[in-house]
This record gives sequence, C-alpha cells and structure tokens, in this order.
Amino acid sequence: MNKIISKEHFSENVVKLVIHAPDIAKSRKPGHFVMVKLGKKGERIPLTIAGADTKAGTIDLVIQVVGVTSQKLTALNVGDEITDLAGPLGQATHIEKVGTVLAAGGGVGTAPLLPIVEGFKKAGNRVITVLAARNKDLLILEDQIRKYSDEVIIMTDDGSYGTKGLVTHGMEEVIKREKVDLAIVIGPAVMMKFAALTTKKFNIKTFASLNTIMVDGTGMCGACRITVGGKTKFVCVDGPEFDAHQVDFDQMLMRLSAYKEEEAVAYEKHMANL
Amino acid sequence: MDLKKFYKEQRAQEWRADIRKDIKTKERVSMTRTKMLEQDPLVRNHNGKEVNLGLTEKLAMEEARRCIDCPDPTCISGCPVNIYIPKFIKKIEIGDFLGAAQILKETNSLPAVCGRVCPQEKQCEANCFYTIKLGQPPVAIGFLERFAADYEQNSGKMAVPEIAESNGIKVAAVGSGPASLAWATDMARFGYDVTVFEALHEIGGVLKYGIPDFRLPNSVVDVEINNVKSMGVKFVTNFVVGRTASIEDLREQGFKAFFVASGAGLPRFMNIPGENFNGIFSSNEFLTRINLMGAAKEDYDTPVSLGKNIAVIGGGNTAMDSVRMAKRLGAERAMIVYRRTREEMPARLEEVHHAVEEEIEFLNLNNPVEYLADDKGRVTHMILQKMELGEPDDSGRRRPIPIEGSEYKIPVDVVVVAVGVSPNPLIPASVKGLKTTKWGTIVVNDDFQTSIEDIFAGGDIVRGGATVILAMGDGRDAATGMDEYIKNKIKK
Ligand SMILES: Cc1cc2nc3c(=O)[nH]c(=O)nc-3n(C[C@H](O)[C@H](O)[C@H](O)COP(=O)(O)OP(=O)(O)OC[C@H]3O[C@@H](n4cnc5c(N)ncnc54)[C@H](O)[C@@H]3O)c2cc1C
Ligand code: SF4
Ligand code: FES
Repeated sequence: MNKIISKEHFSENVVKLVIHAPDIAKSRKPGHFVMVKLGKKGERIPLTIAGADTKAGTIDLVIQVVGVTSQKLTALNVGDEITDLAGPLGQATHIEKVGTVLAAGGGVGTAPLLPIVEGFKKAGNRVITVLAARNKDLLILEDQIRKYSDEVIIMTDDGSYGTKGLVTHGMEEVIKREKVDLAIVIGPAVMMKFAALTTKKFNIKTFASLNTIMVDGTGMCGACRITVGGKTKFVCVDGPEFDAHQVDFDQMLMRLSAYKEEEAVAYEKHMANL
Repeated sequence: MDLKKFYKEQRAQEWRADIRKDIKTKERVSMTRTKMLEQDPLVRNHNGKEVNLGLTEKLAMEEARRCIDCPDPTCISGCPVNIYIPKFIKKIEIGDFLGAAQILKETNSLPAVCGRVCPQEKQCEANCFYTIKLGQPPVAIGFLERFAADYEQNSGKMAVPEIAESNGIKVAAVGSGPASLAWATDMARFGYDVTVFEALHEIGGVLKYGIPDFRLPNSVVDVEINNVKSMGVKFVTNFVVGRTASIEDLREQGFKAFFVASGAGLPRFMNIPGENFNGIFSSNEFLTRINLMGAAKEDYDTPVSLGKNIAVIGGGNTAMDSVRMAKRLGAERAMIVYRRTREEMPARLEEVHHAVEEEIEFLNLNNPVEYLADDKGRVTHMILQKMELGEPDDSGRRRPIPIEGSEYKIPVDVVVVAVGVSPNPLIPASVKGLKTTKWGTIVVNDDFQTSIEDIFAGGDIVRGGATVILAMGDGRDAATGMDEYIKNKIKK
C-alpha cells in the first residue's frame, strides 16, 4: 500500500500524484516506470515516473484519463492508498554528454520527458525542448521543463499558445538551424512515428519511449512486445526506450488498439456507475 | 543413515507387519485400481470448478490395500523428494489419515499441490511394483497423496511444523513459487528470520498465475501459503529484487544469505510471420490475464480476447491448461496444434485424457508457419504445415520433419503460443559475477550454492522450465546447504 501525499490538477483530465514509495524513489532513474493496480479487481497499468524526492521518499506520477484505471487513479485524493505499486521497471535512459539534445514531448509525454531533460542538462548538454499539445490548457509542466532547457519551443494544434502547428514543425525548425546530436521523443504513438520520420530525414540518432499495453511489466507475458529492427522486443524489460528509427510504429499502433472496443464498453459502464 | 536399513526396520514394525497379514498379497494384486471421482466432461468444460473431486475415505482405503508394502519400495526412488510412500499408504489403510499427511509433510511441504500436479506416471507410479513387475496399473499414489493432504486441510487440524528457537539471522528469497515456499518452510523450521520478496501482487508464482483453478484451486494453494505464514515467514509483494532494491542493498539491510527462485518466466515465441498480430498471446499472458487478473470474471478490469476458434500451439501442461481454459470460456473449437504425435506430448497423461474427454481437438503432426490478419491487425487465419517423424533427436524423441507443400489454412480468432519458457533474466543481469549457462540458467553446486557464496538458487531458474516437485526439492536442499553455509561462516 502506498499513500498519496499530494495531488495537483494540470488540466481537467491530467493529474499529478505524489506517492509515498521510498524504495522506488531511491532506486529510480530517468526512463523508469512503475506498475500500478487499484483494488482486488483492478488491472495492472504502467506509468512512467515523472520525478522523485529521495529525502521525502516520494515519486511523482502524471496521469491522463484515458480509461477505467486512469479515471479511478485521478479520482483518488490525498491520504488514499494505492493498492499495488511495483518498480522501478524498464531500462533507464542512457544519459551522457553528447552535445546538443533535442527533446520533444507530446501531451502527457512531457511528464516522463522531464527527468530525462533534467538528466541531459545536468550532464552538460545543450537542451532544446519542443512541447506540443492540442491547446494551451493541455500543455503541462512548462515551467519545470524551462528550468532544465536552454530553449523551449511550444506548439499547439489550434495556435492558442506558442506557434500553431505540429511537434514536427518545431523540431524541423531547430534541426535546420543548428546541429543536433541526439533526439528524444515521448508522446502518443502517432506523434512519435512522425517525429522519428522527421529526424530520420536528417540522420539524427533518436530515442522514443514506448507506451505499449502491459500486464505484468516484468518480462513474463509478452503483451508489450513490438518489432524493433526486425526483431521482437519486450518493451517492459528491453525498453521502454528504443532507437526510434528501428521501431515498427504501425505495428505498435495496431497493437495498442487490441482492446479498444472492450475498453470503450468498460469505460462507459464505469462512468455510468459513478 | 543407511536408507535401506531404515526402510527395513520401519517395515518390520508391528503395525505394518499386522496389516500385511490381514490380506494376502495375492488378494491385494487382484484388486482393480480406483477411479478418481470427476465432474462430467461435458459439464466441467463449461465451468471453472475443479475437475477431480478427490477420493472418498472408502475409496482411498480400498486403493491403499492394493499396495503390498514391498520390502524394496522402488516407488520411493521415483519420487524426487523421496516421500516415504508405503508408510503413508499403510497409514491410510488403517484409517489414520492425519498420520498419513504427517508422513507426506516430512519430505514434501506442499502435498496437496503435488498430489494434483506431479507427473506421477513418470515418477513414483512409473517405479511402482505393479508397473515394473506385474505390467498392471500402478497404485494410485498421486490420488492417495492428494486424499491425505486434502483430509488434513479440511480437518482444520493443520499441523504447524515445529520451529527451532529463533537465531535472529535474516535470510531472503527472491520469488514466491514452490521452490521458495519449500525453502522458507525449512529455513523457518531451522530458526531463521525469513523474508520472501515477490515481484507480483500475489504470492505463489506459477501455482497462482499459471496453473488454473480447474486443476489446482487457489484456495488449496492459499492454505499452504498460510501455513508458511503461520511459521513466521514474512512475504513482501510488489518487490522486484534487482529493481526495487538490489541484492547489495538487501545485504546492507542485514540479510545474510539469499535464495533465488525467480522461475522461468520469459515466454518463447516461434518468430514466424504475423506472430505479433492482435489475438495472439503467449500462454503466460493468456493464463495470467485469466488466473491472476480475473479477466473472464464479471467486474474485473483486465480484458482478454476470446473467440469461436482458439488454437493453442504446444503439447505441454501449459498448452493443455490454455486450451481447456479456452474451451471453458466458450470456444466452439478449441484446438491443440503440436508438431509431434500425441504420444510424445510432454504434458501429464491425466491432462491429455481429460482434454480428450472435454472435446478438445488435437491437430498432431502440425506446425504453424504463418498467421494472417484482417485490416485492423486482428488474427483471422493460421497456415499450418504437416509434419512427419524422422530419426530420434537428442531428447530421444523422434524429430518432426516438415512435409513440403502440405501447407493449409484454418480460421482462428485467438492463438495461444505455449512453446516453452526461458529463465527470468532479471536477477542474473542485476548481480555482477553470478555465473549462468548459455541458456541463462543460474549455475549451482550440489548444495544449490551459486558462484557467489551468499547466494543460493533453485527451481526453474536453475533447471529451465521443470516441475513443481523438482522446484520444491531444490528449495529444501538449498535450505540445508544454506544452513550449513551460515553455521560455518559464524564458526569462523
Ligand atoms: C501453465 C503451467 C502449468 C504447469 N503445470 C505443471 C504441472 O502440472 N506439474 C508440474 O510439476 N509443473 C507444472 N508446471 C511447471 C511448474 O509450475 C514450475 O516448474 C514451478 O512453478 C517452478 O517453481 P519456481 O519456484 O522455480 O518458480 P515460479 O513458480 O515460476 O515462481 C517464480 C516467482 O518469482 C517471481 N520473481 C521473478 N523475478 C523476481 C524478482 N526479481 N524479484 C521478486 N520476485 C521475482 C515471479 O514473479 C514468480 O512469482 C506448469 C507451469 C505452467 C506455466
Ligand atoms: S510427490 Fe510426486 S513423485 Fe513423489 S510420491 Fe507424490 S506424486 Fe509421486
Ligand atoms: S508486460 Fe508482460 S512481458 Fe512486458
């Protein structure tokens, strides 16, 4: 059982929870995730760790409502307990001094991107971050990202903030302007697919952090499997970060939709019961 | 002590000599083997309840009479933990069922589990006098083991093993499967302060997430786990050793030795075209979703794909469990696809019989070569290739050879791949200097000690996918080895 220490609404559907988990806070590194389960009948879902405070023994999770479990999680309040929380899982981001790093975050992808941006900045890199969201209200963690970025470019679909356009526009602007040594992209699968195509054009080494369906998160089931460079990989143990130019994003999109219908039905039922 | 001599002395005891006089051997061997009481096949393949209902006291005592209490009990050598088989059976014959359970528990910490899942036809029963000398059906040792263990569980008089005075020394296990449960029981008995760390939210390893309730009810496993708990063993769930904390961290917390029993959890796939389409699962995923996560139950959040035509690839216990589960969840056509013949399937014989009775289809000498899907990526068909048997391979079984040009297509809605598992790589990868084989299993000596002196290992992580009883036996031997190691260390 892990207690919720604080809760903050980033927007109507995006919530940050600070959770008491001293062991995980101590062991986690940028790129790691946890598996979360609520109640006896809950499902296990992966959530990337957005930050930690080793002194307070807490970790931060940023959750967007997309289905039953994320809805239940965001409905929890300070003092409530999370039934099961296991981690930190996955391979940590390989952080080193490379020169200039272009980081791109789409939607809640900005949350797991934050510790990575922080890591690369602290390792002595020049960090330029492109944040993209549908509109101004959905943009999160801007101030924190700014703290660890040399420059931040904001893109919104509707132009309500920053520049109107897609994440790839912002990325291309930077790439055309200066030499980029490494790119990191985290966001919805479609966004990562196109971000990867953009950097590929310019031959820039790129990592993407994949958010596939998972069950155990420990390498036991293969639910998270995906083709990378023609080989099947388990995202929970081999990833979640992979060379974005090798990832079969179309397959990933297809696999993400495996339970779309079941999930939609379950979500409606859950909301009707509330 | 000399075991032969021990058995001889025991056999000479009055109560046993008396029973032998009661009924003549000739009469004993003329009795027929009892049949397990079972749910009707066509009823049980639509419910999740246990298939085998157990023996009545009367049936158990009758079956016990068939055992002639051999002077040289060959069955014992077939049992990986050397249960004193004739003695427990004779206890059943005289109606002392709790006494029988006690004898089982001297060597086997999980008799209710083993009585249900051991491949008896390859172990004790294969070495029974009836099998080797008379060519008749063996004494139903497995049924009797289950009977005595269940009797004890239901009696409410579970005996908690005697525990030595606490020595305050902290030891830990990684994983909570049968290897670990057996190890923990012995270490607690020796007086250690025992903690078991488990990565998942449930205790029991494969016994919980793999083997379904219709074969091994969770309630039976829970009684055994509670028994271990009542001995003072602490269980910590959601704790991934090597991630949440490393072995090094745990050493700093005062743990003096470790038993790694992290299992062979990594599912293998066949790497054929289309294997990553939706609707294709590893057996671990299929069974975990259903057994551990309750996917098929009302009100549980985890979903699972089902359908009319479900094909399971493989011929082991995992394949049988998956295909019979699929049938129970409403598949019209639940098929086993296996590249050799039915005789070569590694599953327990009883499970194959049960599957046949439950109208499972067997596509033997068939192997999938490709999967096809609709435009949404959901599997719709599989292409099978026919096989024939050639010369025996290293395992002594005849090698399956593909028949060129024999490919054909069948419709499938769900495919479950049950072609084996590899050792869980997490611990080997996180402990520097831990010696492993090229298959990824951990190397141990006769005391189950690894290349690092305070780390012992056993069960599937050492053997690759094996059996419950072998895992348990390892756990017990590792406990003995670890106790020696710690005592020597303290003496120094
Ligand atoms: C579906 C199925 C049916 C089977 N049927 C039979 C049968 O009929 N008869 C038979 O004898 N055998 C059967 N087996 C095989 C048998 O279950 C295994 O051989 C046995 O369970 C191995 O025991 P174990 O203790 O080594 O590991 P497991 O039971 O695999 O337990 C290992 C545990 O360790 C945990 N773990 C792994 N890594 C870590 C870590 N780093 N930190 C913390 N915890 C960790 C895992 O989550 C798991 O719970 C079957 C297996 C399956 C999958
Ligand atoms: S534990 Fe297994 S091998 Fe040993 S007697 Fe029982 S059924 Fe037979
Ligand atoms: S989630 Fe089960 S193997 Fe990755």
